[in-house]
Amino acid sequence: MAFLEIKNIKKSFGKYEVLKDISFSLEKGEVLSIIGSSGSGKTTLLRCINFLEFSEEGTISVDGETIYDGGSLHKYTDAEIRENRLHFGMVFQSFNLFPQYTVLENVTLAPKLLKRGTTEEIEENAKRLIEKVGLSEKINFYPCQLSGGQQQRVAIARALAMNPQILCFDEPTSALDPELTGEVLKVIKGLKGKDSTMIIVTHEMDFAKNVSDKVIFMADGVIEEIGTPEEVFDNPQSEKTKNFLQKTNEI
Amino acid sequence: MTFLQVTLFLLEGFKLSLLIFAVTLLCGAPLGLPIAFCSMSTFKPLKAVSKVFVWIVRGIPLMLQIFIIYYVPGLLFEYPLFAKIDRYFFLEYGISDTGRIVAVLLAFAINYACYFSEIYRGGIESISQGQYEAGYVLGLTKSQVFRKIVLKQVIKRIVPPMSNEIITLIKDTALANCILVCEIIKQAKELAATQALVWPLFYTGVFYLLFVGVLTIVLGRIEKKLDYFKS
Repeated sequence: MAFLEIKNIKKSFGKYEVLKDISFSLEKGEVLSIIGSSGSGKTTLLRCINFLEFSEEGTISVDGETIYDGGSLHKYTDAEIRENRLHFGMVFQSFNLFPQYTVLENVTLAPKLLKRGTTEEIEENAKRLIEKVGLSEKINFYPCQLSGGQQQRVAIARALAMNPQILCFDEPTSALDPELTGEVLKVIKGLKGKDSTMIIVTHEMDFAKNVSDKVIFMADGVIEEIGTPEEVFDNPQSEKTKNFLQKTNEI
Repeated sequence: MTFLQVTLFLLEGFKLSLLIFAVTLLCGAPLGLPIAFCSMSTFKPLKAVSKVFVWIVRGIPLMLQIFIIYYVPGLLFEYPLFAKIDRYFFLEYGISDTGRIVAVLLAFAINYACYFSEIYRGGIESISQGQYEAGYVLGLTKSQVFRKIVLKQVIKRIVPPMSNEIITLIKDTALANCILVCEIIKQAKELAATQALVWPLFYTGVFYLLFVGVLTIVLGRIEKKLDYFKS
């Protein structure tokens, strides 16, 4: 069984079916990129995985354990949902840093509140992570004093501080000026390793091609194509994928 | 009457204005919270009741509300409830308006609680969903997210509208003289009636101005204190 197994996820908002039977799996240490046009359900899929939305059907399993079954009658309690969320980290398109806290406090807030060690351990770990994203000199700055790219890097450090098994990125560079996307993508690329499993929803095709082990192309709530970057980008099978890639290449 | 005597006489009234101000703030501000939460409740009946209540309280002149609260219990039950409370709590402070002050305090606290509740609601609803979600995905509980992440941002946002309301409040206390509570305007009118002195009425403005000046400085400091972050 794969490290992350997503099976038959279905999600509707009212009558509108956003996700129609999504299944895929991911091995430990793999990087998965999800591409596709706006409204294809990429973000909703990521939100279902992080339990910010709840799929009506389908299961999510991590490391052999089924942590969520949308079709079951079991009513998940707040505590269970929180427990499930801890398997995943999430980096948002709009950063969502906590404005009243400094860079360091943003990174240490959750580990401290959830008592993930002593204050010294937590702060030491946080400083290490902040260094990893290249912001050591900004450690006592407030988010409003940072550029968008720097804020997003703090958000990455914040997500890493809870030591998630799978880190999700929801269009991490879409809210950034073009000259700032590079620094964020570089940090994400630097995280690649045998222990870090990542899912990246992105519009950066070159990046996706470069960094991923697996690429999913989504259209209208279904997985239109799935494969290695070479398969999906260089030799797409589906018409929709071809169209989409052609359009992104035109620009 | 000398200037000093007039000043002292008016000050006597202003003390009562300040009492109304302080009690309204101390009772109205916390009372606004449950009203705000009811207004945001997903439980429809509770939300409806709260919305109607706020609509009525904000929709009727405060002066009329003072009349209603002061006169209606007596008309309905023929029991001088407020006078009893009044004697119990306030006589020893030398305030002898039988029941009037209690009715005024009640009317003010309820009225301002409703205004405050709408400020709270606006503040809470203005915080982006992303702030909550960022907290949730880190595994925090709803209460941790509200207390540690959302609350301070709400406070920062509501300080300016609250300052406005608080400054309005001190001037609104003049309404208490509609049921003859001896606040500062009533005192000045007393001088006009008994001493044929009109100027003290205009002089009362100075008291309000000075107090609002102090308030402005204090509230400005609070605002400045929260200036270190942008939300």
